[in-house]
Parts: sequence; C-alpha cells; structure tokens
Amino acid sequence: MAKQTYDFKPVNVGRWVVWSAFALILAVAPMLFTSSLSMTMLSQMGIVIIVCLSYNMLLGQGGMLSFGHAVYVGLGAFAAIHTLNKVAAGDWHLPVSLIPLVGGLAGLAVAALLGAVSTKKSGNTFAMITLGVGELVWSMSLMLPEFFGGEGGISSNRVVGEPVMGITFGPQTQVYGLIAVYCFICTALMFAFTRTPLGRILNAVRDNPERVAFIGYDTQRVRYFAFMIAGFFAGIAGGLGAINFEIVTAEVVGAPRSGAYLLFTFLGGSLFFFGPILGAVLLVLATVLLSELTKAWLLYLGLAFLVMVMFAPGGLSSLIMMNLRVASHGLFKRLWWPYAGLALTGAVALAAFAAMVEMLYHIKLNEALGPEMKFLGLTLHTHSGGSWGGALALLLVSTGLFEWTRRHFVRQWGRIQEDIEVRVARGMGA
Amino acid sequence: METFFVFFLNGLSYGLLLFMLSSGLTLIFSMMGVLNFAHASFYMIGAYFAYTLTGVFGFFPALILAPLCVGLLGSAFERFALRRVHPFGHVPELLVTFGLSYVVLEVVRLIWGPANVDYRVPAVLDGPLFTLANVKGVGLQWFAGAGAPEVCGPAAGNSCTSFPIYRGFMAGVALAMLGSLWLLLTRTRVGLIIQAALTHPDMAQALGHNVPRVMMGVFGGGCALAGLAGVIGGNAFVTEPNMAASVGAIIFVVVVVGGMGSLAGAFLASLIIGLLQTFAVVFDVSAITVMQQMGMQPNYDSWAYPLLKITVAQMAPILPYLLLVLMLILRPKGLLGTREE
Repeated sequence: MAKQTYDFKPVNVGRWVVWSAFALILAVAPMLFTSSLSMTMLSQMGIVIIVCLSYNMLLGQGGMLSFGHAVYVGLGAFAAIHTLNKVAAGDWHLPVSLIPLVGGLAGLAVAALLGAVSTKKSGNTFAMITLGVGELVWSMSLMLPEFFGGEGGISSNRVVGEPVMGITFGPQTQVYGLIAVYCFICTALMFAFTRTPLGRILNAVRDNPERVAFIGYDTQRVRYFAFMIAGFFAGIAGGLGAINFEIVTAEVVGAPRSGAYLLFTFLGGSLFFFGPILGAVLLVLATVLLSELTKAWLLYLGLAFLVMVMFAPGGLSSLIMMNLRVASHGLFKRLWWPYAGLALTGAVALAAFAAMVEMLYHIKLNEALGPEMKFLGLTLHTHSGGSWGGALALLLVSTGLFEWTRRHFVRQWGRIQEDIEVRVARGMGA
Repeated sequence: METFFVFFLNGLSYGLLLFMLSSGLTLIFSMMGVLNFAHASFYMIGAYFAYTLTGVFGFFPALILAPLCVGLLGSAFERFALRRVHPFGHVPELLVTFGLSYVVLEVVRLIWGPANVDYRVPAVLDGPLFTLANVKGVGLQWFAGAGAPEVCGPAAGNSCTSFPIYRGFMAGVALAMLGSLWLLLTRTRVGLIIQAALTHPDMAQALGHNVPRVMMGVFGGGCALAGLAGVIGGNAFVTEPNMAASVGAIIFVVVVVGGMGSLAGAFLASLIIGLLQTFAVVFDVSAITVMQQMGMQPNYDSWAYPLLKITVAQMAPILPYLLLVLMLILRPKGLLGTREE
C-alpha cells in the first residue's frame, strides 16, 4: 500500500555547502602552500583539529573541564608506534593507513579504564581528578622506559609493508592525504555524534544534571560514554601523529600538552562545533610560527587567554557568530568605523606593549649582543630612556584611545542589538 | 628505629607544608567555590619574593613581608580578574586562574631566569636540631644538636640519624600559622563575618557587610598562606620555575582525597601523603625481590617483568595519584568530605 502522507524532506543546502567547502579546503590547501614547512604545519593542523574537536566533546558538549586529555592522545600514539614497529618487524600484518585506528582503540581502552574513575565526579572535582590521572600517567612514563622509550622516545619508520595502490607514505604529501581523510571522517563523525540521542543528553547533563537524573538517566554513565568516545578520537589523532613524526616521546602525555589543548580549544571557542577547528589552526600557528618569532610567546599566549576568558568567554567562534548575526540583519555597516578605530588603537597599544616586553627579554637573554635590538623595523636601545619612555608613552596614549573607542563601540553594539531584538519581535508578530 | 623516627618527623614536616598549601586552596574553594589553579604559582611567587627580600632585609623580615606581598597580588587578581568572570560560572573561574598560572610562570622565568636561584636556609636555622644514635650495647640515645664525635664519628661505627633544625622550624611555622588561622576564623569578629559571608552571603550583605570585599580578603589570605609556604618551602627544597608544576598536582590530590572543602580532611590527607612519599623512598623492594625471597625464580623475558621490577622507592612520585584513584573507587566523597557531587 502506498503511503498516504507526503513527507517533506528538504535538502539541507547549508550543510552540504559547509561540508563540501571543508573537504575542498583540506584538498586544496597543500596545493596552495607547497613549501615543506607549510606541509608539516598542515599535517599537524589536521591532527590537532581531531584532538581539539575530541576535547570539545568533553569541554563544550559535556561541560567537563579535563586537564589530562594528552594522556589519551599520547597513549594512542604509543600504541600506534609499537604497532608500526611490529609491522616493520614482520610480526603483524596491517596496512599503515589503518594504524591510526589501532591508536584509536588504545585511546578508547585507556579512556574506558581511567574514565571509570574520572567521570565519577563532575565539575571542579572532575578537573582535579583528570589532573591527577594525567600526572599519574606522566610519572608512569618515566618509570617504564621499556614501553615509553625513556628520554629518547620510540622511533619508527612509516614506510613498511606492501604499498597499497602505489602509496608508500614516504613523501609528506601522502601522509598529509591520510591525515586529511582521517580529519574529514573524524570531524563528520564527531558532528554526527552531537546529533545522536547520546550527544543530546550529554548537553543536558552539562546544563542541568539534576533534571537529567530525574528523567531517569544515569549522568555518570552519560559522561563515561562521552569520555570514552572522546578518548577514541584522541587516540586516532595520536596514531596519526605517530605516523607523521615517526617518533613518539614521553612528553606527548605530559601536562603542558594537555594544557595547550585546553587553552586553544577555549580560544577557538567551545560553544560552537567549529570553534575547536579554529583553535587547532591557532595552536599550530602559535607553536610553530609565533615561537620562532619571539621568545616571549608563552607570555603573550597566557595574557591573550586571560583577556579572552575575561572579556569573551565564548572564544573566537562566538565572536564570529555574533558579528555574523549583525551582518545577517544588514547592520554591519554601522560597525565599520568603530572596528577600524579599535583595530588601529589596539594594534598600536599591542605593538608598544610588545616593544617593552621584547626589550625586557632582550636585557635578560641577549645582553651579550649589546643593547641594540630590532623590533618591527625599528632599532630600539634597551639602555636608553628614549626607547622605554617612547614605548610607555605610546602604550598609555593608545590604551586611552582604545578605551575611548571601546566605549563608543559598546554603545553602538548595544543599539544594534536592540534594533535586532525589535526586528526579530516584529518578524514574529507579523 | 632511629631512622624510622627521623623519617617520620621529616614526613610530618613535609605533610604540614602541604597542608599550608592545601588549606589556602580549601579555604578559597569552600568560601568562594573557586578552584584556584594558580595556587601553586602563588607558592612559587612566595619563594622568589623571599629570595629577593632575603637579599635586602634578611630572612626573618622576608618571612613576614613576602606573604604580605603575595597576599596583595592575590587580592588584586581577585579584584580585577576573578570578580569579572564570576558571573560566567565556575568553569571560566577555573580557566582564568589556569591562564594566570601560565603568565606567572613566564614572568618568573623572565625576572629570575630559567635556572634555580640560590635561596638558602639562614645560617641560624642550618644544622641538626637533634641526633638519634643507636649506640652498640647501650641502645637508643638522644643528643641535642649534632651527635658527640665519640659516639657518631666514623670510627665509632654507630648508626646516627640527625633531624635538621629547619625541618623543625617549618613544622613550627606551619603549626603556629594553623593555630592562628583557626583562632581567627572561630574566635574573632572578622572570622564570624567570613563564616557568615560563606553560608549566607545575601544576609551578610543585607546587614551591611561588604561581601565582595570579604571574598577579596579571603582570596588574598589564601594566597598569602601559599606565599608563606613558599617562603619556608623554597629553601627547604629548590626554588625554580618548575616548583609550581611539581607541587600543584599534589595539592589538588590532597584536596580531593581529604574531601572537597573540608579543612580537617585536607589536614589528614596532607599528613598521609607527606608520610607516604617520605617513607616510600626508603623501601627498595619490588614485586620481583619479594618473589625471589619467597623462592620463586622470575622470568626476565616476561612482558610483565618491567612492571614487576619497579621498586616502591621508584614508585614514590606516583603514590599520591594512586591514592587518589583508590580513594575515588572506595570512598568517592573523600576522607572527611560531606558533599556527594
């Protein structure tokens, strides 16, 4: 019997466009940036995108602030590199392209073991437990050099086994291809997870665990499942990292790594699904480029993080979405001038501040090179009052102007939000 | 026996130092609900301030001044950063202190350099407080100061163990600080207001007390406690930029094991962990040696051999974390905790 009713199922055009664009970027990026440095960075970005997205499964979707995510990435990497060595020795037979899955399963197993303990609690206690568990694994890694390779780590060779369709994973482009494919699939799977009943109830557990318990769910079990799935994807990323670098050292499970994942996922923004992707790109840019540019990069990073938490707790992605909302109502033209003012005064203030920080670092670290130093094309003299006074004066003036434009901007922003509210209300009434 | 006794005292003084740190953390947590991730950073700042101030004024003025400076820094941080994120909830509060720990680490590296600084125990407090000697044929003997050379000299062949003055001083400062903190909280008007602001912030506010300022004071006070611990811990151990990271995770373990927000629980957990870590270093036994003593022949090629050959002494750094895991499995709310979260 034919169906009596007609189900209207529109094609979700926006979703197709966004995902095609994502695939296109992954495919085109290595053609635009062909240097070996950018190839390395793109590969790392692909890996870190998976890590940050899996981390956001905990932080953004589950409200679980973990200080030990590197444990699952790192142990996945160790499992993968040991598997790679077994394959190279001829003991096991497995194509290299499937080795990240071994890392994923290892991440899943470790998360199943450690998550059973960590997810007993939520909130602040969860954060402290993950920190303790992270330290536990880190200390273990120093005690078990047989598995973790001690100081030198475990190295391997990814060109093993029979080439499949001529792919040996020798050249970096082929490795990037593997990472890009995994990155796309994992991103799609993690997005799909947010639409499953488990993903939805996880959001509910984040927002109001008490009510979730009332409607009959075990909140601890929901957190545990999410923790294991996040561990699985983290392990896949670790496995990809093992193939990419061909060496895994114990520092991949350390607290600084976990801290970096947390920091950049937050900077990217944990409220939107795509936020961690921005964060991952920033992470690689900062650790590769910014650390080359200046010795003070950790200081800038910490300060940027502090400012972000204090003034924009939604991260970059929520800033973008707020401006998109304004633009979608056609009101963005009112913001051009305030934004230009903010950008100009902010850039000058930042440059003046950076000049002072760099002079300090120069005094501390490069005293032997003499008091002269280059900064943004200028020659600064670290012993002269002129350079210090100039930088300080510039900083004070530009900060004052920044604050003045900021107040103007805040007023303008408030008016625009009111206008949007009015429009939305009118639209609903009509 | 004499070694055991001195180790016990050493463990106790280390535990008391841990408690000075964790008490500030617990106070801040139970009063404001803020988990101060940067607490160990304030400990580190305390040690570095003390190092600099000792060079200018000497050790004992620094003992007072450094915690005061750290307390002021802590209050300023509460006033200008933490209060701003308070409306966003607990996760941003934790994150802002996490960011602070990054900044503090970099600033300390910038000002005092990446290597450890030469922050020493003052000469007055250097040397042994007493010595326990196991004299052959006589038994245990107690000497004030270093043992007499005819008993403890290398020729005498007696086993002597001495307890440093500074360890005793550490324990004394910790106990004095705890006593005065307890008196302050329970016996003074300020303590009453703090307790009122903790349980009934709205009512305390309605009665005309400035609750945000009380919070600022509590945060600053907690940081000052960490700073004091830094002053007396910095020269007992090493003053270096990594000291915050090495002690940070342990004080969190203390707070969880003791039970979130329970001061007495933190006290108990600090002593347990202090003793545990001190005593573990002595035991040079592993599962393999036990098996050998029982007459079993270990299989050196077995996959488990690397695991079994780890001695208890090597395991000392992970014992607090193992304790944490055990505690969570057996008693999730902690030793003396009340809230089931």
